[in-house]
Amino acid sequence: MIQKSKAISIRIEGELVPTREGKTILQAAREAGKSIPTLCHMDGLHDVGACRLCIVEIGGGGRLAPACTTPVQEGLSVTINSPRLAAYRRMILELLLAERNHICAVCVANRHCELQSLAAQLGVSSVRFRYRYPAMPVDLSQEKYVMDHNRCILCSRCVRVCAEVEGAHVWDIMGRGIHSRLISEMDQPWAEAASCTRCGKCVQACPTGAMAEKGRAVEEMVKRTDAVALAAARKGDRT
Amino acid sequence: MSKLRLATIWLDGCSGCHMSLLDLDEGILALAKQADLVYSPLVDATEFPEGVDVTLVEGAVSSQEDAARLRTVRARSRVVAALGDCAVTGNVPSMRNSIPVARILQRIYIEGADVSPVIPSAGVPPLLPQARPPHEFIKVDVHLPGCPPQPKAILALLDDLLHGRIAKPTEIKFG
Repeated sequence: MIQKSKAISIRIEGELVPTREGKTILQAAREAGKSIPTLCHMDGLHDVGACRLCIVEIGGGGRLAPACTTPVQEGLSVTINSPRLAAYRRMILELLLAERNHICAVCVANRHCELQSLAAQLGVSSVRFRYRYPAMPVDLSQEKYVMDHNRCILCSRCVRVCAEVEGAHVWDIMGRGIHSRLISEMDQPWAEAASCTRCGKCVQACPTGAMAEKGRAVEEMVKRTDAVALAAARKGDRT
Repeated sequence: MSKLRLATIWLDGCSGCHMSLLDLDEGILALAKQADLVYSPLVDATEFPEGVDVTLVEGAVSSQEDAARLRTVRARSRVVAALGDCAVTGNVPSMRNSIPVARILQRIYIEGADVSPVIPSAGVPPLLPQARPPHEFIKVDVHLPGCPPQPKAILALLDDLLHGRIAKPTEIKFG
């Protein structure tokens, strides 16, 4: 028997929004047709608040909280758009763009990249921070897919889709801070990851050109995020 | 109304942004009525003039010469606009940034040469350790990304600048 959670209501931009206990601010907002930008969120996967793009202001004091991991509470007042939030969201995107090497013009995911489209959408026309231009490896060992650390934003969608939907848990994130890096199994080349089923869900879930099908040229890697969401939904039905 | 003094400069880029500028179709006729192109790879002037109203910069800053030219541009221009991804992010020229310059030159001009392997030095400016966007060297007033920026985006930018408006582009597209 499915036990329904308690119906409550919150306020988004002053407007009363009906929702249920146990939901996140992001879920409540989207169900009410209100949009909050996200990058590490993916329907069907549990949220981790990795990218911070969905930050909102809550309560009278305007405390900042990620909408994707903050549960709703009766009477909670939420601001999802303000000049301050817009400035922080742009700053987050600029930091992501400065951290590694996002060369859109030669990227397989050019025009199909969530980082790129969010930058356009949120008004990032330049990056105020000094670009790091780090030397990053590219894992070409796997026969069907490529993992390019230059384009990785550590959103962990690949980690979660592999662990939660495919049930293989090949991926993880190693290190801390600026040294954080995606690894397969115990930091081995992808081809040597015995638990990998070669399903490619990680590739399709990746919001940027960090993971791609081999043989794709510039602009050719269109991600099938809908297929990932569908697989996640089916998995949810079974459990 | 006196004509606006417009300049363009080509640093480390492929000239695609200048091609996109030339691709304004009939827009270029209207532009010619409003502005004089006083310095550009497209005109004959050899020295960057004083008293320029608007300069569009294509390309990343890759050499000491690029940096010196850019500083002249800034000193002599009222408004400096970065045109295209190389002038906004470093883009393709910045792909060498994690490799030491000496190693790149060795690989290309010595190991990669079929005949007369020699690293060119006469008549070419020394490379900086990294190719970096202009705003890391000078104040840039407005950025228009794109590889290249679409002609209509360049036209919108010029329209703003010709009317004294400095505003972030309404349509942004990297790549």
